[in-house]
Amino acid sequence: MRLELQRRPQQSRAMLLWSPVIAVALTVVTAAVMLAVIGVDPARGLYVFFVEPLTSAWGLQELAVKASPLILIAVGLSICFIANVWNIGAEGQYVAGAILGGWVALAFHDTGAVWVLPAMLAAGVVGGALYGLIPAVLKVRFGANEILTSLMLVYVAQLGLDWLVRGPWRDPMGFNFPQSVTFLPAATVPLIAGRLHVGVILMLVVVVVAAVMMARSLKGFEIRVVGMAPRAGRFGGFKEGPLTLFVFAVSGGLAGLAGIIEVAGPIGQLLPSVSPGYGFIAIIVAFLGRLNPVGILVAGFVLAISTLGGEQAQILLQVPLDFTSVLQGVLLFYVLACDTLIVNRIRLVASGPRTATGSSEAVR
Amino acid sequence: MNLLEPAILTIITAATPLLLAAIGELVTERSGVLNLGVEGMMAMGAACAFAIAITTDSTALGIAGGVAAGTALAALFALMTLGFAANQVACGLALTILGLGLSGLIGADFVGARRDPMPKLEIPGLSDIPFIGPVLFGQDAFVYASVVLVAGVWWFLFHTRAGLTLRAVGDNHVSAHALGSKVLKVRLAAVLFGGACSGLAGAYLSLAYTPFWVKGMTAGRGWIALAIVVFSSWLPWRLMVGAYLFGSVSILQLYAQGAGIGLPSQLMSSLPYLATILVLVAIAGTRARARAPACLGVPFVPDR
Repeated sequence: MRLELQRRPQQSRAMLLWSPVIAVALTVVTAAVMLAVIGVDPARGLYVFFVEPLTSAWGLQELAVKASPLILIAVGLSICFIANVWNIGAEGQYVAGAILGGWVALAFHDTGAVWVLPAMLAAGVVGGALYGLIPAVLKVRFGANEILTSLMLVYVAQLGLDWLVRGPWRDPMGFNFPQSVTFLPAATVPLIAGRLHVGVILMLVVVVVAAVMMARSLKGFEIRVVGMAPRAGRFGGFKEGPLTLFVFAVSGGLAGLAGIIEVAGPIGQLLPSVSPGYGFIAIIVAFLGRLNPVGILVAGFVLAISTLGGEQAQILLQVPLDFTSVLQGVLLFYVLACDTLIVNRIRLVASGPRTATGSSEAVR
Repeated sequence: MNLLEPAILTIITAATPLLLAAIGELVTERSGVLNLGVEGMMAMGAACAFAIAITTDSTALGIAGGVAAGTALAALFALMTLGFAANQVACGLALTILGLGLSGLIGADFVGARRDPMPKLEIPGLSDIPFIGPVLFGQDAFVYASVVLVAGVWWFLFHTRAGLTLRAVGDNHVSAHALGSKVLKVRLAAVLFGGACSGLAGAYLSLAYTPFWVKGMTAGRGWIALAIVVFSSWLPWRLMVGAYLFGSVSILQLYAQGAGIGLPSQLMSSLPYLATILVLVAIAGTRARARAPACLGVPFVPDR
């Protein structure tokens, strides 16, 4: 007996919905097994990981705060991925947004003016977009592989931020700690309730705008056509070059927005590291959300639960933080494997003499 | 001369992990599979090799463990991309995230442990020749292995029937399939070889390059290895030039920092990454483009 992939005549609508659910379920099972392996009671571990973050008002607010940057970045990345453009440097664009927005904050926050925060957010978007445009221009103009260039720029951005907060932007009163001064209220994202800040609302607005753009606008259509069939796109008058610049600018801008919101909100100052890897986790969010803004909204909360649960598990159960990244990597694998079921079905075939035309090694 | 010799020696040690990982990825890509998980496989190789070498007190077993870890991750990648025909770019990223996380879990117990680096293999007589001796005949086993691997891969790809088949599969899997080549089996072998090499490169980092293991010690080397493959236009000998070029850049920045040039150390540290971008730009759009395996990154689902 062996398993074989067989292309479905049509995409399975049921699997379109079910594949992320199956993937999450498989991840929970894997988590239980892994917890048992490292010597933690699986029932208690799973509760801490996936349920406890949902049980308190504080947890729910914290969840929304953690999910916001993931969703903002993932929405942008999904647009890139649909266009078949591989921006994996969102982490760098996030940092670039934090740097440019943070510069506006440091320069003007003591004026106390109302325009400081909007200017910071705008600068964050511009910083991220410009930084995202670097790999885009290199790809369009020179044909350089955007996967590698965008990723290399992550390291460069992180080192740049490190230099700024240890050098020119270091708080002179900060006892030599590598950190900038704490932003004054004029440069801080206002809180709505408890931990919830205005950035969460901005995130929801972005999700709605992206959903409308992708589903209803010509641009959304263009992105999909060029991504699926660049040749057809060319016949339709869509140009790949400008589109590559567009999707990189949008995703970079959104990552930059996430960066400055994080710096002006939960963090409140510039530090050598301003992200626990949001730019990379957002890649998982984008795929788990089926590259659809509404799906990403849900997926962002799922990943935020695991991130928050991971922090709790570290405190309560001494589970290392790397456990969470393993789970998140496993989750992405399950999502991608389950996605195969949308266009293919797996069939069990009786083994025996191979037919002349049959293929045997589709699934090993 | 006094400064040159140690500089060249350190360049060789810096280039070797890049070369090991890149030669494996070159074979993988020649078969038409883009495995972006090199960084993850390297990290796992480094962690497993170090953990096993410490527990068993055997460098050889450590190396075997590193190679096995890289191969195991590659097998997972093969299951996903060849078995389920999943998107190779996304799977490669997943492999990197998974590998970095797993390596952190495995290595956590060994932080702070120390193990003497692999001995240099001295060849009596030859190693004593001034300058040439230490550079050519005073390296550790990994360095020789990397050169042998490059030569072996070159010979395999361009002078054996199996190598021809592998290139055919990478350039046109439909034709290769029609001619009776087992496309997925060839690709499986190529992906596993790539994983083994990445694992070996990781083992080099934790067993020979440094005497300890720290989290994130791969520091983007897996990604630079991927860039070197592009730089080489998928040719083994140029790969070697590329690896040594990048090794030189990373060592030069260390020397420059040591010499106290008035530039921020972070700027110097970002030089290898900037150099990678520069090289990718310089190489793209030239002859190199045409040399990329035509089916690179395209999944193959055999039709009946």
